[in-house]
Order: sequence, then structure tokens, then C-alpha cells
Amino acid sequence: MANISTNEFKGGLKIMLDGEPCTIMENEYVKPGKGQAFNRVKIRKLISGKVLEKTFRSGETVESADVVDTELAYLYTDGEFYHFMNNETFEQIAADEKAVGDNVKWLVENDVCTITLWNGSPITVTPPNFVELEITETDPGLKGDTAGTGGKPATLSTGAVVRVPLFVQTGEVIKVDTRSGEYASRAQK
Amino acid sequence: MTDSTWQPTSSHQARLARATLLRRVRQFFDERDVLEVETPLLSHGTVTDVYLDAFATQFDGGGGQPATPLFLQTSPEYAMKRLLCAQSGPIYQICKAFRHEGEGRWHNPEFTMLEWYRPGFDHQALMDEVDALLQVCLDTPGATRHAYQALFLHYLNIDPLTADKSVLIDALDRHSIDIDSPQSLSTDSLLQLLFGAVIEPQIGHNAPAFVYGFPASQAALARLNSDDPRTADRFELYYQGAELANGFFELSDASEQQQRFRQDNAQRNTLNLPERPVDHHLLDALKSGLPSCAGVALGLDRLLMIQLGASHIHDVLNFPLSRA
Repeated sequence: MANISTNEFKGGLKIMLDGEPCTIMENEYVKPGKGQAFNRVKIRKLISGKVLEKTFRSGETVESADVVDTELAYLYTDGEFYHFMNNETFEQIAADEKAVGDNVKWLVENDVCTITLWNGSPITVTPPNFVELEITETDPGLKGDTAGTGGKPATLSTGAVVRVPLFVQTGEVIKVDTRSGEYASRAQK
Repeated sequence: MTDSTWQPTSSHQARLARATLLRRVRQFFDERDVLEVETPLLSHGTVTDVYLDAFATQFDGGGGQPATPLFLQTSPEYAMKRLLCAQSGPIYQICKAFRHEGEGRWHNPEFTMLEWYRPGFDHQALMDEVDALLQVCLDTPGATRHAYQALFLHYLNIDPLTADKSVLIDALDRHSIDIDSPQSLSTDSLLQLLFGAVIEPQIGHNAPAFVYGFPASQAALARLNSDDPRTADRFELYYQGAELANGFFELSDASEQQQRFRQDNAQRNTLNLPERPVDHHLLDALKSGLPSCAGVALGLDRLLMIQLGASHIHDVLNFPLSRA
């Protein structure tokens, strides 16, 4: 793999650190007038999701990471793997449970997800910002309460549990923000 | 799509502010009988500082003459000191300086510097004058002053003049500064890392902060303090996250200067950096006698950034390096 100098550091650059692919979130060049130059860098590890700060000597090199994002549609799971397809080339890729992680509860058939590949293998699966899912179970709620104050838990078809307003009922399809896991609205018919 | 990189990165407001700032600076020195001077940007000699890298070029003599290596100045210090040795009296200069180093929020390889020298001043008297200039140009409150040693004791509980590397490396750990093989860094680099990450964010928020009494190993061109020769009569100015200025009670001893140049080049050798040609004109001038004086260099682009609340140096430069 190619080496990258700290001079090329910028937000979004993918590098290897402790054997794990990482993305650079922020890079600050620090150089006292009479002293040695450093790069103070904020880094997110792509597999563990851990965010950390690291200081490099300016001019030193690190290994670059072969990491690319692809947009793939979710097809199905066979219980062990989750299968995705490129809608243009029809090429399929299987991601394991580790790559999907907690996002399994936001996987909706035909939704286009961002699959991050490291050396060609999926390491993370990011669902769309909003997904539409059917409520399979929620308390009927109080009649007459339309303001939706307080809310109640609702179980969705994928097993996800979100807080919804009292007026939303079992069988309805709702829109959920996958980044916060919060109810956004009833789905547009 | 049209490429828009021909356009300046600064606003017209920034250009107006720069013109006003330059006018005020000139008026300030005019009122104090400090003479504006010009010296060459291209020079045969250059600085030997281990962590200052000058742009190099060459002059092709023509007619089969060998080409002469030349350097773009990293500051006008040496040439201005030669003027002082030639009895110029107090002088100032507004010029471009060039440093072959990285780009960043506070850094462009070509930048504008204000540098001035005051015969008869020591570093404390010069800090008074820098403070006065800031109050005139930026309307700042009066500056605070801090001894380097006192800051380390206060914020890190470390005496920077006696601490060995293991103590400094422990402090890096305690403040979550994660860097590979810190043992290979010099004591001065460790001190600078701690200063930048732990102390700098704490000082110079409301009023400009002067820091003086740097360790003798970071004296650069300052004389050593007569009461405590473990420290140098050098100061730096910090304000709102920027290192704004660096000043010295100037070293005038030619042989000590020559020795520091030699040490720099020796250290350059151990770090596999090229040796730099020593500026013999400066050494000859110092031998003829530099009047006792203090001098300071101040980054005008950074001053303008603070004045305008700019977050990046590009906002106050018409054409930063990428568009130059």
C-alpha cells in the first residue's frame, strides 16, 4: 500500500493506524516559529468507530488505507450474511454481522445503503438517513390525545423499538431518522 | 464548470482592513522617529536554524560562470542588524518573508512580516512598545506578561529548566498527547508540544499575553539573561490562539553568534538536514559592533485575522500559495 505524508493530510483521507483503517476528521498543522512542526489530527477508526487524537511529526509518512464507499441496495439475509447489490452492474456483495452491527434494525429491502469496503471487503454498512418501517406492535394509546405529548414505545417490523406519538397505531408505516433512532413522521402514502 | 481559482480568497473588506492596518503601523513608527527601511528578499546566506527551512534558488551567472545559490529570506533580521551596525538608529520594515513549511489555518509559506529594532531598549521595554502598537491598531486591552517557567509550574507542575525527558513524556501521557516514540524527540520539542497543547490554549484570550524567559536552549538570537543564564531574554506574544510575535534582547557577541551557527549546522547534520551557509556579512557586522538593542518580528497576516475574526489565513490573503 502507498505511503502518505502528513503534508497531504486532510479531512476524509483514509489511513492505517494500529492495523485498522481510519478516516481523518480534522487536521491541524502546528508549528512554533522557532520549533519543530507537528500535525494534530482527529481520527475515527472505521471498524471500532473509536474517535481519537494523535500527533504526528510533520513530514513523517503513514500507510494509506484502501477504503472506498459504494452505494448498494439491500436484498436479503440468509441468516449469516447480508446481501447487497449494485443497481447498475447487478454485482452482489455479502456483508457479515460485524459489518452490519446495530444497523441491522434499519435494513429495508431495496433501500440503498452506503457500504464501506476495505481491501474490497465490507467493513461498515450505513443505512439511508431516513427509512420507512411498519409498526408491528404498540399500545393503542389514549383516545382523544392528538397532541402526541409524551409518546410511547413502538416495535417495528425489523425489531427496532422507537418512541412514537400516542396517535400512531399498529399497522401504520412511519419514517425514522436512522442517525438518532427517532421517529420523524408518518410515511407519505 | 468554470474554474474559479483565478479569484482572490479574501473579501474586499479584508483588503480595506489591510490597507488601514499598514497605514496605522507606518504612522505609529513615524510618530516615534523609527525609520522605514528595505533590505533584499534574496540573499547569499541564510538562517542555520534547524526548524526553519528557506526556499532556495540560484542566479545563473552566464558566460560559463557557475550558478550562485541564493535563498529567500525567512525574516529580514540579518540585513537589518547590518544596518544597525552601520549606525542606522531605530528602524522598521514591512516585507514578505518565506518559509518552506506546511500550510495551515495560521500558515502560508509566503507571508507579511513587520520587524523592528530599537537601540537602547531591552526586551521588557520592547514588550511595552509592542503592547502600545496593538492597542493603537487593534484596540486591545493592555497585555499580560508571564515567565515561561512560571507558566509550566502553574499549568503542568513541571519546572521546564530542570525537567528531564522522562518527566516531560509522562506529562504528554497525562494530557492525552499521543505521539509515536516520544523518546526520540528533543527536550525542546517536548517542551514545545506541551506548551502548544496545554499552556497556549489557556493564555491570551482577552488580552494579548507576552511570554518571556525561554530556556537558553531556545534562545535563537537572544542574549542569555544576566541574572539567570538558564533562560534567554526572548519573548513571544500570544493572542486569541495565534503566536503573533517573537522578540529578542539581541545577542551582540560575534563569537557566541558564530558558535550558535556552528551548533545549528552540527545538529542539522545529525538530523540529515543540509548544512546552511553562514551569513558572513552578519558576523563581520557584529564584530564591528552591534549597538545594544532589542528587536521583534510580528506576523501582520495573523494580526489581520484576529482583527477581522477570520478563521483561516486564506481569508486575509488575496492569493494564498495554492492560487499564487
